[in-house]
Amino acid sequence: MSVKLIHISKEFPDLEREDRKMLAVRDMNLEINEGEFVTLLGPSGCGKTTTLRMVAGFETPTTGEIWIGGRCVNDDPPNKRDTTMVFQSYAIFPHLSVEQNVGFGLELKGRPKNEIKDEVRKVMEVMGISDYAKRRPDQLSGGQQQRVALARAIVNKPGVLLFDEPLSNLDAKLRETMRVEIRRIQQTFGITSIYVTHDQAEAMTVSDRIVVMEKGKVMQVGTPFEIYSRPENRFVADFIGRVNLFPVTIKKLGKEDSGGTVLNNKGKEVRAASIALGLCEGDAAFMMVRPESFVLASKETETSFGSGVVTKAVYLGSVVEYELDIGEDKPILAVTHDPINNGFYSNNERVWFSFTEQACHVLPQ
Amino acid sequence: MLSLLVFVIYPLVSVGLQSLKTDKGLGFSIYGDVLKSAYLRKAFFNSLYMSVLTAATGTLIGFLFAFAVTRADVPWKKLFNAIAIIPIVSPPFIGALAIIMLFGNNGLITWNLLKINNFPIYGFNGLFLAQVVTFFPVAFLTLKGVLESMNPVLEDAALDLGGSRFKVFTKVTLPLAIPGIAGAILILFVETLADFGNPLILAGSKFPILSVQAYLQIVGMYDLPKGAAISMLLLIPSVTAFFVQRKIVGRRKYTTVTGKPQSSSGKIVSPGARIFLFIFCLFITIIVGLIYFSILIGAFARVWGFDHRLTLDHFKFVFGVGFKAVRDTLMIAGISTPIAGLFGMLIAFLVVRVKFPGKKLIETTSILSFAVPGTVIGIGYILAFNHKPLALTGTLAILLLNFVFRYIPVGIESGTAILAQIDPSIEEAAIDLGADARKTFSRITLPMIVPAFFSGLVFAFVRAMTAVSAAIFLVSSRWNLMTVHIMSQVESGNLGAAAAYSVLLVGIVGLAIVFIRMVLKAQYGKLGGTMLHF
Repeated sequence: MSVKLIHISKEFPDLEREDRKMLAVRDMNLEINEGEFVTLLGPSGCGKTTTLRMVAGFETPTTGEIWIGGRCVNDDPPNKRDTTMVFQSYAIFPHLSVEQNVGFGLELKGRPKNEIKDEVRKVMEVMGISDYAKRRPDQLSGGQQQRVALARAIVNKPGVLLFDEPLSNLDAKLRETMRVEIRRIQQTFGITSIYVTHDQAEAMTVSDRIVVMEKGKVMQVGTPFEIYSRPENRFVADFIGRVNLFPVTIKKLGKEDSGGTVLNNKGKEVRAASIALGLCEGDAAFMMVRPESFVLASKETETSFGSGVVTKAVYLGSVVEYELDIGEDKPILAVTHDPINNGFYSNNERVWFSFTEQACHVLPQ
Repeated sequence: MLSLLVFVIYPLVSVGLQSLKTDKGLGFSIYGDVLKSAYLRKAFFNSLYMSVLTAATGTLIGFLFAFAVTRADVPWKKLFNAIAIIPIVSPPFIGALAIIMLFGNNGLITWNLLKINNFPIYGFNGLFLAQVVTFFPVAFLTLKGVLESMNPVLEDAALDLGGSRFKVFTKVTLPLAIPGIAGAILILFVETLADFGNPLILAGSKFPILSVQAYLQIVGMYDLPKGAAISMLLLIPSVTAFFVQRKIVGRRKYTTVTGKPQSSSGKIVSPGARIFLFIFCLFITIIVGLIYFSILIGAFARVWGFDHRLTLDHFKFVFGVGFKAVRDTLMIAGISTPIAGLFGMLIAFLVVRVKFPGKKLIETTSILSFAVPGTVIGIGYILAFNHKPLALTGTLAILLLNFVFRYIPVGIESGTAILAQIDPSIEEAAIDLGADARKTFSRITLPMIVPAFFSGLVFAFVRAMTAVSAAIFLVSSRWNLMTVHIMSQVESGNLGAAAAYSVLLVGIVGLAIVFIRMVLKAQYGKLGGTMLHF
């Protein structure tokens, strides 16, 4: 089912100052297509969970409309909406067995007993929890509880599946397994999904599109590739991964989003493959290069962009992370791969760095 | 809400008004009279003195007991736990009764063993002993909870950082327990101040106690205004202490329910201290054991102190002439506690989950009846309900109403505690899956709070069975209570019958607890079992 948020805002009374309101979500617009997996990503307090709870119906938007499957659902209570939520705390009913938990929603719909049994058995098999059917929730591990919560949501075949930071209580290893699992199951059933997390790796793994939010505002909507390599603003560039920003001035814009040329603060001309919308010739801007896009060399070459002295080298096995002092406030972060074949540099060595046109993206200051 | 006003606030206001009534309208002249009387002044100070002393001693014993059980890993922990619970489930004056049987004029120890005549047990000594034995378990249970919720890893860490055992205790354990200890002291202060049974039996005329004096003014001299004024004097310190206690404990209330209590490594107690704690607990256990043993023997002995041959005469009396009181008590407690429990749960649910005007008032009013001494409530009820529109004195209704409104707070307490533990997202999940409000409550919320409901109910039942201070004003020839009967048997010197009643009462209460536990265990498995510690 498709989901549409039209000019959604949500105000809460400020708990500290009664005369003030707190804007949790500001004028948010979002369209989610049938079968799409969209993640709301942002630091805590950015309004992502509030947005999700508005879609579920636990909060009512102060202004704006929420459409699910071509119908405005603003006035529908949560139990009348075709959405099912997987809660952060799992919210498994402690007094019911695993089987009863999973079948709870179907039972409420008044489906015949043997039909419920079949559906529950099927979904438990998919989730790999058939062995625990008769157990009580307190006898399950965190990962198993997570699977029960997911099974309980999926068995209802909801139009929209909502995830509220479902993996935040699991350990790192299990988190990685589960996010792949969640993506697999969403694809199997083709359910439209909205997923809330503050973990960017998680967002990159599961999503078709990511909505980056901050302070109640949408900062960018895009595919994982767009969000990571073509951020529209500094917040998104900083929030996702690590980043190097060179101050530049835009010299010439290319035709139809084909990038353009910029001048760095030493007057050197560089071609960038992409320039964020809204920037004009002559504007001061930042050129962004991700650390892994750097190519390092011990001698100057014609493609070299500049040089720096290694102040820190961290050997991590598959990669080496460097900090390079280039005589400015902030050191440059660079990552090189496969140190076994490529070798690596030590502290105090001077290295020259370059990057391709593709690696350069320009965004507003 | 209206009923709370009528049956909690109105009686209290009546007491206040009555105490201000003079020949010339309202005024403080009766308080003047009361304060002019050297005897009543003495009673006031005796009451405070006794309460402070009991609170301090009882909390100290309770703390050592709790520390021994939770931290020192002493042998016979189960026995010590049980010993500390028994006084809580028995009528509050059993201590006094036993002390008279042991140390009184015909006491087993004083007269039969030591051949002392007229040992001065009436007055301070006896009462102090009785109060400490009666109330230290309350401190024990509170502090046991506090110590259990304190992560012992903290202590191990302090030890690991090089602190000596004594330093760890004084710098880590004790400071962390201070709010709990302060809370326990205040609870004990309030309960001792309000206690009526022990002083009535043991205080005697040379050591007057306020709650007893209020009773004697009203029942002995029919001086209602004076009795009301005395009870107001009782009310002020106890309500103050109660609210201070709630402030202290309230701040850290629900942090204690997260996570499992972890077991201590037991390394923080030196072997010497462990032996000391063990001997100390054993000593207290022997005293408590002696008390209950003497009650048990007393119930079967022909004439206590003179003729110790076994007999069933006392039980014949209880089950014959005196059985009406047993029946009445069971009926009153049996009817009032479920009503109080349901009412309490409902209020708890409203207070925790629903927002509505007057919420604060309901909460405060219902909790108020925890703080008010039973004597004051008893007087309030006879003042408020002996005339129209609600002429209830002497009826079953007045006893029922009194018990219901006295034990609603028990339901509220256990209800709010359990609801605060239930993650609201569990209820949201049910709604999200398509359940409406009614289905969510009946299928999800209710089953989860049932165990707490029943343990609250057991507690209320125990209190109702063993209550005396308010009820003694409200009983009549038509409706009487076992506790009041025991008191009058003690007063008329019939210790055997009093002991037999007491044994029966403790037996009934014990059976009720075991029964509910079994039902819950069968029904809810581990869940029911873990929620049932009180």
